[in-house]
Amino acid sequence: MPLLEIENLRRAFYGLEVLRGVDLAVAAGSITGLIGPNGAGKTTLFNVVSGLVPPDAGSVRFEGEEIGGWSPDRISRRGLVRTFQVARGFPKLSVFQHLMLYGRDQPGESLWRAVVGSRAAREREAVLAERAWQTARFLKLDHLIDNPATALSGGQKKLLEIGRALMAEPRLVLLDEPTAGVNPTLQNEIGERLLELPRRGITVLLIEHDMGFIARLCDPVIVMAEGEVLTEGTFDAVRADHRVREAYLGRRAA
Amino acid sequence: MLSYLLFIATIGGIYGLLALSLNLIWGGAGMVNLGLAGFFAVGAYASALLTTAGQAPIAAGWLVAFVAAGIAGLTVTLSTTRLREDYLAIVTLGFAEVVRLVAANEIWLTRGTDGISGIPGPWKRALGPDFNGVYFLIVLGVLLVVFFVVRRIDRAPYGRALRAIREDAQVAEVAGKNVLRFKTEAFALSAAIAGLAGALYGHFTSYIAPDLFLPLITVYIFLAVASGGTGRPAGALVGAYLVMALLESSRFFVEGIPGVTAVQRAALKELLIAVALIVVLRLKPSGVLPERIPPAPRSS
Repeated sequence: MPLLEIENLRRAFYGLEVLRGVDLAVAAGSITGLIGPNGAGKTTLFNVVSGLVPPDAGSVRFEGEEIGGWSPDRISRRGLVRTFQVARGFPKLSVFQHLMLYGRDQPGESLWRAVVGSRAAREREAVLAERAWQTARFLKLDHLIDNPATALSGGQKKLLEIGRALMAEPRLVLLDEPTAGVNPTLQNEIGERLLELPRRGITVLLIEHDMGFIARLCDPVIVMAEGEVLTEGTFDAVRADHRVREAYLGRRAA
Repeated sequence: MLSYLLFIATIGGIYGLLALSLNLIWGGAGMVNLGLAGFFAVGAYASALLTTAGQAPIAAGWLVAFVAAGIAGLTVTLSTTRLREDYLAIVTLGFAEVVRLVAANEIWLTRGTDGISGIPGPWKRALGPDFNGVYFLIVLGVLLVVFFVVRRIDRAPYGRALRAIREDAQVAEVAGKNVLRFKTEAFALSAAIAGLAGALYGHFTSYIAPDLFLPLITVYIFLAVASGGTGRPAGALVGAYLVMALLESSRFFVEGIPGVTAVQRAALKELLIAVALIVVLRLKPSGVLPERIPPAPRSS
């Protein structure tokens, strides 16, 4: 059974069909790439799967359970976490607070326990703090741990996006252009970190425009164009497909 | 003079409670509540009616004020879940005006614009002239309890989630936070604190009327929180006393100016307050005690 299974997913905005019956599956333990020209519907697909936009029709199954139309927080707690193409976050919160926020099962988020204090809350906070430090070191953000997010560079913000998604202990992460606007050195580092995720039990589905990055990390690669899945396969197979070239370059150029 | 200072300190404490109430949701969750005066009024009327017409003990009045304003807060948030920030502000402003107009017109219950007088003060007869001092200590006690409660919330994971919601509610949802639960809980607690402040006010001055709950109070409290520092309970408290000090000291200041009429004097007083607050915010744009980022605990 695939970890994520999408069937005939449809979504239109003001009459414009952005997703026109998407079918795809993501195998557990894979780093699956999602590519396609601008306007193919990749980010909309992420928005629907993560619950920010409800689907018009079709099904989204995660670990065999239908999650289409669930609220974003419920999907997140279920084990499916996403990042954003343009790094988003909480400007006045520190790197540490970002990481802590994404920790699951926090007794200290109950109003009553916050007021009276609880041992469970303190213990959980200590465990998460240790994990936040580990995550920060893993992404080389530990020297910035008390800095507010607004003080980070674009590349560091992208790293923080990945870091906080990892803090949620997801089974699947959706990464929307994890290296957009990131310098090549940092891009390599992000790539190396992502390659370690399947070993930690985290499956990855990522959107990316950098084909070198896709070639190095992703197998399989899914190609979307005009709201549908065009083809799927290894990077080399997909690159050789004339339909893919047409979709990117236009029919005549190919 | 001492009795005047105690009076100011007590009213300042009640403003402090309102500032802590506003800071919890505005500084904490970014929710703009322009109806603070309404929740203040709900608490004041609930306790006043219960202890005069209802002849209940004062403590019961305070408890009911807290609960009644909390329920009012819950009702307002649950009926505005689909509204975003600016619209919530408008609805809460409307709510406060509705409360005031109901109080002015439902004469059978509230005695209308005549107001309710003879609201009992605790041990007032036995204390005699010492009443103001004792009441100040009561208000101070309540203020300290509320301060430590909201500061605990602020420093707990709960406060962290509220801040995240303030900065970007959608990303907070992606982080797995039930945004609606956090917002309704915080708003209800905030409204309850405002209600308790209202009850404390009524039993102190022994008289309440609809005119005491004009939107101007809400504006003062916003000024207090903004100048003291949003997102930090101690800042809200400092801001409340700062505004109180400005309101009172400006009165003495304008009295010393010769050759102006009473109307001009009142206008001059408002002008002085405005200038003073502009100066504070010019020098300290994030308030006197700005929000701080708590340092991460050192890793083992």
